[in-house]
Amino acid sequence: MTATTWLTLAALGAFHGLNPAMGWLLAVARGLQERDRWALLRALPPIAAGHLASVAVVATAVTVTRSVTASTALAVAGGVVLVGFGLWRLLSRRHFRWAGMRLSSAQLAGWSFLMSSAHGAGLMLLPVLVTAPAPTGPHAGHLAAAPVGALPGLAAAGVHTVAMFGTALVVAVLVYEVVGVGVLRRAWFNVDRLWAGVLVAAGLVTLIRA
Amino acid sequence: MTRWTPDPTFYPSPTQATTAPPEKLAYVAAFDRTATRPDAIAVLDTDPDSPDYGRVVGWTDLPYLGDELHHFGWNACSSALCPTAPHPHVERRYLIVPGLRSSRIHVLDTQPDPRQPKLVKVIGPEELAEKAGYSRPHTVHCGPDGIYLSALGGADGREGPGGIAVLDHTTFDVRGAWESDRGPQFLAYDVWWHLNHDVLVTSEWGTPSMIEDGIVGELLLGRKYGHAIHFWDLAKRRHVQRVDLGDQYQMPLELRPAHDPTKTYGFVGVVISVEDLSASVWLWHRDGDGPDAPWAVTRVIDIPAEPADPADLPDLLTPFGAVPPLVTDIDLSVDDRFLYVSCWGTGELRQYDVSDPFHPVLTGSVRLGGIVRRATHPAAPDQPLAGGPQMVEVSRDGRRVYVSNSLYGSWDDQFYPDGVGAWLAKLDVDPQAGGLTPDPRFFPHGDEFRGLRVHQTRLQGGDASSDSYCFP
Repeated sequence: MTATTWLTLAALGAFHGLNPAMGWLLAVARGLQERDRWALLRALPPIAAGHLASVAVVATAVTVTRSVTASTALAVAGGVVLVGFGLWRLLSRRHFRWAGMRLSSAQLAGWSFLMSSAHGAGLMLLPVLVTAPAPTGPHAGHLAAAPVGALPGLAAAGVHTVAMFGTALVVAVLVYEVVGVGVLRRAWFNVDRLWAGVLVAAGLVTLIRA
Repeated sequence: MTRWTPDPTFYPSPTQATTAPPEKLAYVAAFDRTATRPDAIAVLDTDPDSPDYGRVVGWTDLPYLGDELHHFGWNACSSALCPTAPHPHVERRYLIVPGLRSSRIHVLDTQPDPRQPKLVKVIGPEELAEKAGYSRPHTVHCGPDGIYLSALGGADGREGPGGIAVLDHTTFDVRGAWESDRGPQFLAYDVWWHLNHDVLVTSEWGTPSMIEDGIVGELLLGRKYGHAIHFWDLAKRRHVQRVDLGDQYQMPLELRPAHDPTKTYGFVGVVISVEDLSASVWLWHRDGDGPDAPWAVTRVIDIPAEPADPADLPDLLTPFGAVPPLVTDIDLSVDDRFLYVSCWGTGELRQYDVSDPFHPVLTGSVRLGGIVRRATHPAAPDQPLAGGPQMVEVSRDGRRVYVSNSLYGSWDDQFYPDGVGAWLAKLDVDPQAGGLTPDPRFFPHGDEFRGLRVHQTRLQGGDASSDSYCFP
């Protein structure tokens, strides 16, 4: 993992954190409903935890696989999956269905996990993880050892989620305290389309660099 | 169709919705009582600066006969901004128009020409029966996860139970029955909710055989029509509590929850008490504190019957020598301040200040039509009106109220046997002080509606009974 890799992971985290559908809006709604800033702040950690779990599944799968397979094959497969999923997100008219506003912390985490997974949040990290230079040689670092092959993936998901959480927190507090939800009408551009576009682009990058 | 930015008619909160621009058009369900001509959606010009103000400027005939259009609604509304399943880039564009008698569901596209809605889909009664087990579709509400459609009857000739079907947001296909556990609920009519509390509320009218050929006197005096409302867990789709108003209070129909999503109260109008023919409005509320406190109802408005000469009354009412008010519709302004109450029997629209929901204060009244009174409209002072204020709709800014005069074909004929006619009136409101004044420039009636009767009105961009909000 290079500095660029970490930065990219963090940038994608910020991008995910900005998406109202990834959780900050729900945190704001809870704050407004309870008329209590703490209700907002309490909602964000479980949301971040759900996002972390969703991303970690993909990241761990990639890094574990990388330690045992040729990275080119994996990159190609990953790229194809990404492009396919991105196009499906772009073209499909389904939207995430979830009834219920009164969620416990566990349910919040579950909601966030499903929301992130349905949107392919973890997949978006594929190009970063797959095309990062594979550890080689005796000084490859302890993380590359086979039994702990999952660790880089978890670390990547962790860094990504911290960035996501930080961004979501800032946006949520800003909207709650300063801007007001009226901003939704003007500023909520269609993130889903952009998101799908990013997925496709990420897939293409992966394929080109494979 | 998705947009790059949210549909401009979606508002996160009711407070913001009250700042919405005035509607330029209104859509009205019109039906042919004889079922020999198609029902239609009529389009009214509601722009006071337009030369056609107050006139019918668009008309869309439906393809079949005998639908009996009644209530209808939008495919999407402000609930699309709700954070658990947001889809803010859909358009408020399609009208979902059920036929209460035919059980057919029509989807009309109000684009590209809002004055000429185009039929784009018909969902046959067999699909509603097969997939949801229901018939006689009634109320339409755009929910965060689909379109909710209440239905009065069961499928395949069964009387019930009635209930709620869910339609897909984008294809409008019937996805299935909503209930996972209906408990003791059998009768159905209206549905609405407190979204942020995961609470859904339903009301009761009667089964198809109890209503379709007119009101049945023995059933009414036998207290067999609905007299309870039901509370449900919106997330788990389970029945939680049945609250009985008392069996003399027949037909609790229209449900109007507070628009403020932090609140858990609402109003329900009751058509008639069999003890004294009065009508009433009840408040539902939590009995105690906390999110799981049981539900209770409190009667907050009573409207007495008006004595009358039996010679002036239809057969159904001659034994009683009085005109029942018959509260058939109520509507709550988006700011939750004014409740409008239609008295279709006595021909009166009342306005109450319900800032304190437990203690409504009468702030305005307009008389139009009525079984005995036949009050006239200022635009046609020598024309006695049949029917009375019935379906009532309030603009988002609370300044304009629209009333139409037909209740339901066979019931119109019983209470107004010499013909109910067709008229629609607009009343102007001072949202600060209250009070109601008929607009002399806005009175489409008679031939404007081509011999059809008029039921629900929907305002372009949304109105007081179309949208739900998740942000206070």
